[in-house]
Amino acid sequence: MQLPARVYEVKELVVSNQPIISAVDLKRYYSVSKGLLRKAGVVKALDGVSFELAAGKTLAVVGESGCGKSTLARLVAMIEHASAGELLLDGKSVYSNKSASNKIGGNKIKLNSRETRQAVQVVFQDPYASLNPRHKIGTILEEPLALNSKMSAEQRRSRAESMMQRVGLRPEHYERYPHMFSGGQRQRIAIARAMILNPRVLVLDEPVSALDLSIQAQVLNLLAELQREFGLAYIFISHDLSVVRHIADYVMVMYLGKVVEAASVKVLFSEPRHPYTVALLSATPTTDSRVRKKRLTLKGELPSPLDPPDGCAFNPRCPNASKECRKEQPALKQAEDNSRQLACFHPMATQ
Amino acid sequence: MTHLLDIRKLCIDFQSASGLFRAVDSIDMHCDSGEILAIVGESGSGKSVAMLAMMGLLPWNAKISAERMLFDGHDLLGLNKRERRRIIGKDIGMIFQEPMSSLNPCFTVGFQIGESLRLHLGLKGARKRERSIALLRQVGIPAPETRLSAFPHQLSGGMCQRVMIAMVLASNPKLLIADEPTTALDVTIQAQILELLLSLQREKDMALILITHDMGVVAETAERVQVQYAGQKVEEQNVRSLFSAPRHPYTAALLASLPERARTRGKLPSIVGVVPGQFDRPPACLFAPRCAQAKSVCNENVRQQGAAHGHALCNFPLEYTK
Repeated sequence: MQLPARVYEVKELVVSNQPIISAVDLKRYYSVSKGLLRKAGVVKALDGVSFELAAGKTLAVVGESGCGKSTLARLVAMIEHASAGELLLDGKSVYSNKSASNKIGGNKIKLNSRETRQAVQVVFQDPYASLNPRHKIGTILEEPLALNSKMSAEQRRSRAESMMQRVGLRPEHYERYPHMFSGGQRQRIAIARAMILNPRVLVLDEPVSALDLSIQAQVLNLLAELQREFGLAYIFISHDLSVVRHIADYVMVMYLGKVVEAASVKVLFSEPRHPYTVALLSATPTTDSRVRKKRLTLKGELPSPLDPPDGCAFNPRCPNASKECRKEQPALKQAEDNSRQLACFHPMATQ
Repeated sequence: MTHLLDIRKLCIDFQSASGLFRAVDSIDMHCDSGEILAIVGESGSGKSVAMLAMMGLLPWNAKISAERMLFDGHDLLGLNKRERRRIIGKDIGMIFQEPMSSLNPCFTVGFQIGESLRLHLGLKGARKRERSIALLRQVGIPAPETRLSAFPHQLSGGMCQRVMIAMVLASNPKLLIADEPTTALDVTIQAQILELLLSLQREKDMALILITHDMGVVAETAERVQVQYAGQKVEEQNVRSLFSAPRHPYTAALLASLPERARTRGKLPSIVGVVPGQFDRPPACLFAPRCAQAKSVCNENVRQQGAAHGHALCNFPLEYTK
């Protein structure tokens, strides 16, 4: 396979301004088998998520653990099949057969989807776990090329070396093993590996959470440079809102498998409307004493996804919850001022 | 004036296969009752190791030396094991980062709290149970009577951390050391736990030492902050002046690299290079190779500044004009 020239591709995408990747009502259910003392159940890890993302843009997905953000990442990266819904790359479905019902593992990913898979790559949270300790950096970087292209060994090596240089690694690192690197350098290796097949979408699953503060800034800068240079679309999974605010264009806030609020980064951070978003923002500690507001501390914890509450999943912890919220689930709707999508009966007032 | 905790020139070396590794390099530290001291630093800055040394929790290959290590009038270095146990865990309590793994998975929550009550206060039977329930209620655990018979795996991370706090509180400690108490928790739970720690600290007039790497947590909870880098204390200031006028170039660079402090969406200011390791330790100032202001003299010696310059361990502390 000849790898296409990068510059040409980016130009074309910017002109078309079409979403590279989009999801329509994506769902992923897991069945929990019957144990000795509990009955079988279904965990709705991801329950109907839709989004569109164009080249050069970043979509951040935030939420607490168990909200389904990593499940979304695995679905977008095509590591897992969807239970229902549609994932489109350049307007074409990546799934071969669709089941009408919400059967677990219903939508299968096409088998001959090498090109599709190459277009979407992943960077994981923990660079200590995501690199094979028995492989040299060179081997790690060249493996995707060896599997997916017809490049000769020399071509592969030169491509790996140029990619190493691009992410800020030195040529002598080619012969080294992962344990000889610090966390920040390892994350650079993971980024280089993801970039080596010229992807168009990068799924970044908490890429800087495991890194120290001074290293975090280096890696975020690198990601921003790569995005500008190659016109990449980023799906950025994170729980750190200050990082999200810095890097994202759009933000999706998730709670128990559902999107509760989605808006541009400016709108979401300046005037959040969903009570959960407000609580999340006010719970994040800040170093700036001027913006420190009265805190909306939530009572209780995330409910068990095996046994979600009736109505809105957030109602047991919500300060605005009413009878309606305990009975009916609010749908994600476009807000009246078109600024955002919101799933709440009683949103907070704008200040 | 004597401090509740007074440590002078604490050094900790680890005996490793490749020679001695200095994890903590002559650190001074003090803390008084009712005070909240935060220790911040990146991984490898020796912030946890210093506290573990005080608790006597380091492995055998650690060599601890200090000019002085006083707690409440006791010399912690001179105590034998039996005497030390009477203080550690009773007057000094510690909670850790991973609440799930610091509780014993084989015993119920009630047993683990009761153990602390029995050993330190000599409580038994119904009185022990009563006190356990009161403690769980104090840390905000709903239905404490039924939770006593729960095992750690049946509780969430936030609940486990509350149980840890209840265990520590059982003996009414004078000093509580919280080592990254909220790092493993979600932000909404983090806010709950920090609020709980602060209210208990105020109520009991405890000294609280908070070890963390999260600058936001420091800014919102601490009164005094000490910044550590590669095993040394590089700066100490009260919290407000630290964030408005950091004196050490490292502190300033660290604060500048926070995404929330970035003015524009462009490039974040970052610190070049990495923390020095065992073999590339600079001769004088440890931050010199990464420092933008470093001059040749920084490779020869480094001077500790006075209180006016935040006790910065730097030849050229940052100046601010008022």
